[in-house]
Amino acid sequence: MSDATTDAPPVGTNQIYTLHVNGEDRDVSDAWVGESLLYVLRERLGLMGSKGACEQGECGSCSVLVDDELVCGCLVLAASATGQRIVTIEGIAPVGAPSDVQQAFVDAGAVQCGFCTPGLIMATHALLDRSPEPSEYEIREELSGNVCRCTGYGRIIDAVQRVSVARRASGSGSSEVAS
Amino acid sequence: MSTTAPVAAGSVADPTITGRLGDSPTRPDGVAKVQGSFAFSGDLSADGFLWGATLRSPHPYARIVSIDLSAAWKINGVEAIITAADVPGKATYGLISQDQPVFAAEYVRFVGEPVAAVAGNHPDTCRRALEAIVVTYEVLEPLTDPERSVDGSFPPIHPDGNVFRHQRIVRGDTSVTGDVVVEGDYEIGMQDQAFLGLEAALAIPDPGGAGVELYVATQWLHEDRHQIAACLGLEDEQVRLTLGGVGGAFGAREDISLQVHTCLLALRTGRPVRIAYSREESFLGHVHRHPARIWMRHHATADGKIVKIEARFVMDGGAYASTSSAVLINAVTHTQGPYKCDNAVVDGWAVRTNNLPCGAMRGFGVVQACFAHEGQMDRLAAACGLDPVGIRLRNAMETGDRLITGQVIENVAPVARCILETAALPLPDEPVGGRDGDPMRLPGGAGLTADRSHIRRGIGWGVAIKNLMYSEGFDDYSTARCILRDGVASLKFATSEVGQGFVTIAGQIARSVLGVDDVVLEPIDTTIGSAGSTSASRQTWMSGGAVDGACRLVREQLFAHVGALHGIDPLRLAIDGRDVIDTMGELRVPVAEATAGVTFEETFEHHHRPTEDLDEDGQGNCHTAFAFVAHRAVVDVDPELGLVKVVQIATAQDIGRALNPLSVLGQIEGGIAQGVGLAVMEEIIQTDGRVRNANFTDYLLPTMLDMPDVVASLIEEPDPMAPLGAKGVGEPPCISSTPAVVAAIRDAIGKDLTRTPVRPSDIVF
Repeated sequence: MSDATTDAPPVGTNQIYTLHVNGEDRDVSDAWVGESLLYVLRERLGLMGSKGACEQGECGSCSVLVDDELVCGCLVLAASATGQRIVTIEGIAPVGAPSDVQQAFVDAGAVQCGFCTPGLIMATHALLDRSPEPSEYEIREELSGNVCRCTGYGRIIDAVQRVSVARRASGSGSSEVAS
Repeated sequence: MSTTAPVAAGSVADPTITGRLGDSPTRPDGVAKVQGSFAFSGDLSADGFLWGATLRSPHPYARIVSIDLSAAWKINGVEAIITAADVPGKATYGLISQDQPVFAAEYVRFVGEPVAAVAGNHPDTCRRALEAIVVTYEVLEPLTDPERSVDGSFPPIHPDGNVFRHQRIVRGDTSVTGDVVVEGDYEIGMQDQAFLGLEAALAIPDPGGAGVELYVATQWLHEDRHQIAACLGLEDEQVRLTLGGVGGAFGAREDISLQVHTCLLALRTGRPVRIAYSREESFLGHVHRHPARIWMRHHATADGKIVKIEARFVMDGGAYASTSSAVLINAVTHTQGPYKCDNAVVDGWAVRTNNLPCGAMRGFGVVQACFAHEGQMDRLAAACGLDPVGIRLRNAMETGDRLITGQVIENVAPVARCILETAALPLPDEPVGGRDGDPMRLPGGAGLTADRSHIRRGIGWGVAIKNLMYSEGFDDYSTARCILRDGVASLKFATSEVGQGFVTIAGQIARSVLGVDDVVLEPIDTTIGSAGSTSASRQTWMSGGAVDGACRLVREQLFAHVGALHGIDPLRLAIDGRDVIDTMGELRVPVAEATAGVTFEETFEHHHRPTEDLDEDGQGNCHTAFAFVAHRAVVDVDPELGLVKVVQIATAQDIGRALNPLSVLGQIEGGIAQGVGLAVMEEIIQTDGRVRNANFTDYLLPTMLDMPDVVASLIEEPDPMAPLGAKGVGEPPCISSTPAVVAAIRDAIGKDLTRTPVRPSDIVF
């Protein structure tokens, strides 16, 4: 362990980098290079919808899309995500106009405390975009990286199935998200 | 047609939602939660805020020789460092006895005990400051075996001694013996509540330090305030609490964690302070489910009727008291389970050790008792030649029966019905591994470890009784205010919404009583009287009763107003749909019209009936009310690798009345998930007082792949003692689901498993 008093301070380094988040370029200034994508999204860009619950990629609460890939924001260094398309829960649908997945979670009773919910919404959109009619087992497998402590998952599975059925009935393939 | 509701600042009400009691309207905070705009306590910020962080003991037991802060003060961005010497008021806190230091002063008594806190301009500044604080410890031998606390062989590790409480229960003729006698030793591991929303708070100091405002995720705002104010040396009124969005609780937010530290740092710096725990810190920073060792001996007639129970409980409360004494009482008074028993001798201890402090977790002592008594029921069944259902039906408790405390069960007590309706639910229609033969459905899943022909299926049972509300003379009332004007009801209460859905139920009550569509929920804070804790399955009963009472008083005002206006006796008026009607005449006035330009306001406190302390023989009417539940588990076990797949849980639960069936189902499924977790994977492991798995990689939680199918039957026999006929539904699902799963594993492999969680090594060796 180095002498803490001689280390450079973790803030005020005046480095600026740009992240492409929810269709916009966002400058990140005064950041410490060690900050995770989750921290920068929340604390520097004010996007508080992504949640941190384990800080080691086990719970999925911080799930975001980076270049269309579902990742844990806590495991990605923010400064390494420059030049990539980042989509957070705030980029899924406008405030007050929930996506079909979001509305299905509300209607099906898939939300209790709601802390895991943004991550599960991200994971569900990713799942249904990739596999529009997943079997129950496929839903369980694909969403097993998102831990929920309140619901026991039954209503979440129901919500995902409701969206799949509704999309098939309406002939719409996938969700449109900002990128 | 619904009117347009004014939405109060800070309101979480969604005016487009309707739904009365018995419906399943969606949550008023649902859209905000799915969109990520709902503000949890960790999402709250304020201009110019500082981060706070806590230095914790690395030792289970040590004397603090010195604390050197000089190096930490030299770090740029550090604004405050505080220790025990900086606590202006009471040095300790606690829910029942105030034995836990805000900061350790002389001794640290568990790994993770707070020693100092810092405020700085960045989380990493704080981390480095904590590393720079030099604490010199004289390390002492820790007390980690609770039996040494019971037998008094270890010197006191705290001025209050090493025993939190001893309680004996002696009932009936203790000399009675049975034709059949079975006994067993049972062990329950330490479970963590593992809510996802980590501890977090924002404190904003008043100018001049005259007071402080705290936004925090908690289960009981007023009790927090009382403890915080005492430690800050302030009056209760100088500390104002507002509920920050709560990401689950399950008992872990009933005690103080970061509340005092956050306020102290804010008052010291004169700036807003945020503290947000990491997952590891959360494991160390809140209380857990008590690990327990329980011995039970059941005496029965040859045909299986229980005649006497003997038992001994040792519950490890860890370093500080928290609610250990109440958890113990819950455990020992539920020794018999939901079964008739006239004679009993029970001894129970809750003791202090240098292990992690334990307190409230969903089920509160009854989880431990139930694991033991249900193991005993299966032993008794085997000894008497009965099956698990037969032995339980033979002894099933009914209304009018007595607990071993002498208390008469006055509630609806449909124990036999719970068992029979569970038995009638369909067993899984899929064979081992599923009909499609997908190996992913075998125990071990993606590991592809099990050979299908070696897998054994088992079925097991668990049945439980659970007390509702608080006990032993505590008057845990709840307060609510209702304002009705222009067809809109505004509700105000301090009830912690932790995810359970009280905000939904509250609106349903107001709509049903007042005939309105639009309900506005005011901010949940300490500007109204206490609601008591969101625990003990009590808020639908207690705060539901308070909201119902306030709305009914407002309705009386409304009827008096309409009656006076139309010259009708108010007693003839009633609510029908959205109208006030004359039950003996033609009058029909919409509520919106009758309340146009008029304001009716009432505040109501709901108190449950009084309870008593236990006497020295454990006799007394100490509990308020009871609920019952049955669980049947089906498991597939790989006996070679010790892997378990829980295939299905069937349950019938005594709920009184389903005020919101979808919410009830959510409580049942969620509680079962936690019960399954305790059965097969969840345990905080400590070695010599050191925690080995304080993270989600090593402390395993059920995922969607681990969660079995749940088939549930709701038993609705409205309870006359409950304000709305509804019993609390939160705790029962996680109580007997655990022993049911373990019994199913026993059934599958024929081994006498007496410990939960069941580990692979317990199955294989």
